[in-house]
Amino acid sequence: MEYIDNIIFAILLFAGIAFFVRNVKKLKRNIDLGKDIDRSDRKNERWNNMFRIALGQGKMTRRPVSGLLHIIVYVGFVIINIEVLEIIIDGLFGTHRVLSFMGGFYGFLIGTFEVLAVLVLFSVIVFWIRRMVLRIPRFWNKEMKGFPKNDGLYILYFEMVLMTLFLFMNATDHQFQLAKNGNVISQYLYPFVLENPPIVLHYIERTFWWLHIGGILIFLNYLYYSKHLHILLAFPNTFFANLNPKGQFTNDATVMKEVKLMMDPDADPFAAPQEGEDEGEPEKFGASDVTDLNWVQLLNAYTCTECGRCTSSCPANLTGKELSPRAIMMKTRDRLEEVGKNIDANGGEFKDDGKQLLNDYITPEELWACTSCNACVEECPVSIDPLSIIMDMRRYLVMEQSAAPQELNMMMTNIENNGAPWQYNQMDRLNWKDE
Amino acid sequence: MNVPTMAEMMAQGKQPEVLFWVGSAGSYDDRAKKITRAFVKILNKANVDFAVLGTEESSTGDAAKRAGNEMVFQMQAMTNIEILNAYEIKKIVTCDPHSFNTLKNEYPELGGTYEVYHHTQYIQQLISEGRLELNGSMDNDRVTFHDPCYLGRANDEYESPRELIKRLGVNLVEMKRNKRNALCCGAGGAQMFKEPEKGDLDVNVLRTRDALKTNPKIIATGCPYCNTMMTDGVKAENKEESVEVLDIAELIANSENL
Repeated sequence: MEYIDNIIFAILLFAGIAFFVRNVKKLKRNIDLGKDIDRSDRKNERWNNMFRIALGQGKMTRRPVSGLLHIIVYVGFVIINIEVLEIIIDGLFGTHRVLSFMGGFYGFLIGTFEVLAVLVLFSVIVFWIRRMVLRIPRFWNKEMKGFPKNDGLYILYFEMVLMTLFLFMNATDHQFQLAKNGNVISQYLYPFVLENPPIVLHYIERTFWWLHIGGILIFLNYLYYSKHLHILLAFPNTFFANLNPKGQFTNDATVMKEVKLMMDPDADPFAAPQEGEDEGEPEKFGASDVTDLNWVQLLNAYTCTECGRCTSSCPANLTGKELSPRAIMMKTRDRLEEVGKNIDANGGEFKDDGKQLLNDYITPEELWACTSCNACVEECPVSIDPLSIIMDMRRYLVMEQSAAPQELNMMMTNIENNGAPWQYNQMDRLNWKDE
Repeated sequence: MNVPTMAEMMAQGKQPEVLFWVGSAGSYDDRAKKITRAFVKILNKANVDFAVLGTEESSTGDAAKRAGNEMVFQMQAMTNIEILNAYEIKKIVTCDPHSFNTLKNEYPELGGTYEVYHHTQYIQQLISEGRLELNGSMDNDRVTFHDPCYLGRANDEYESPRELIKRLGVNLVEMKRNKRNALCCGAGGAQMFKEPEKGDLDVNVLRTRDALKTNPKIIATGCPYCNTMMTDGVKAENKEESVEVLDIAELIANSENL
């Protein structure tokens, strides 16, 4: 029975990691449902973006208060997690603070963790106040009701609890406190717990230790179900982001083929398809469901942490329109999750559920309210591009369904017939010079 | 006005140094035509050897593309590219950031690769080459500049228009939302051609309020569509008596008495 703790720990650790890996595989499978797009070019720029924007938090401080607090939480999260290494070794081999042989350096590390834990705790409390007391509008848009709102709060509570557990785990560690090596913060908590008899103190310490590692494993596995995947996906997302000028929209490849054929004087419109040529269904124009989007757009959807910087800078949203770029990303993810679950339930194959991203999730009213101003793209701290999804869906509405607003149909007809969006005579194009 | 066309140039066996892409707004819209003429005055002042396509020019297709009609866009693009390539055009300047963006970024893949400039970039270049001199004769008027999305965020050009404005001896005051944080005027993405969706305010009014907070005498823009939206916004806020909306080309033409 002596090893029971270690066995339980090993099982917990294994289960926690296995479940996480299972979800990561599902995540990858879902992202791969997207169309192919080549983002393997310009590697140097891509690495550079990843280092600057994700690792270096380059865009976060554009909003200084939330940016600085976020950097504290980010740095704290990354550095304090070094401690997890020790926890795992201790847990598996029944040691206690196995790394303490490093002496002064160990003290320095733990001391740093403790200071960061307090800073993180402080930041997270400010975050909570910003959401719940100051009620910053971007946390209260209409898409932030129900789970999305609670999800944000759960994450904050998680972090508060984990940091508190870490500090109290150290405070109740009698030996650690006596060693006075790195207990820079916990020494002030120690007097509060000192009254307990040593054996009780030991059990409290053990409880906090278990809760701490348990909490970390639960948090790890909550990620997939939460908006918090950005702590992992921000890296690939910034790496694979669009590198072209933001005003450059893709030229639809399907249309390109057709237009080239139309413009080619030698093309025979009645020619039978050549041997080996694809005779399958003609490709669909634009996107009406998640599987019509490319995998980078789907990766974007999983990366979104629903901070709402995009929506708070969107001219349509600021003037009370239905459109919210954040909601576009959330709805894309919700639909993608639904499609993924459908595939899981039907033995690996998608069974038509009579639903799609368009109409069932994103309405034409939202899509038509966009001014394509790129404010959302510019704002996103992890290089998400909601505009590309909006444009792909407009293409479907116009080219597959002829469902543009009437005034736009007139504009497009004018361009086709008169070479201008208004009904003017082409021959009058130069009249301005004599007026 | 001295405005040669490419056809005339070709007939004389000449090739201009730059093609002025007028754009549909600049050709037909009464307000935008003034911008076009102001820019031609500047080109003439600097003795730029330019030409226009005239009746051979057609919509770039930008508005159709942003509305989702890739088919109409690419048809327009291919037609324009055929003409531009037939005239062996190398360099293009335009007063319309939408044409600028489309010609510069979206035509190359379709076979049309040119050096494309927004007129503020081009004028700035004329000045740095010593071909044009501005003598800043405006008396420290308060001017605020509204960044067109398709010049600013879309193509990261924030400085050329500002450098030009500063040369005119005015007091350039920035709106709170400026440069990459600038708010759209509400015209982009084909919104110019349709009624807005239901909401509680029009985008151009919100943006005009941003501008009016700087207490300007002039709201400067670099886009014919922004110009229309801001002009309408100024009217909606009953400020048309005291605030003028002008393109940078007009500012220059006025201050240099062209």
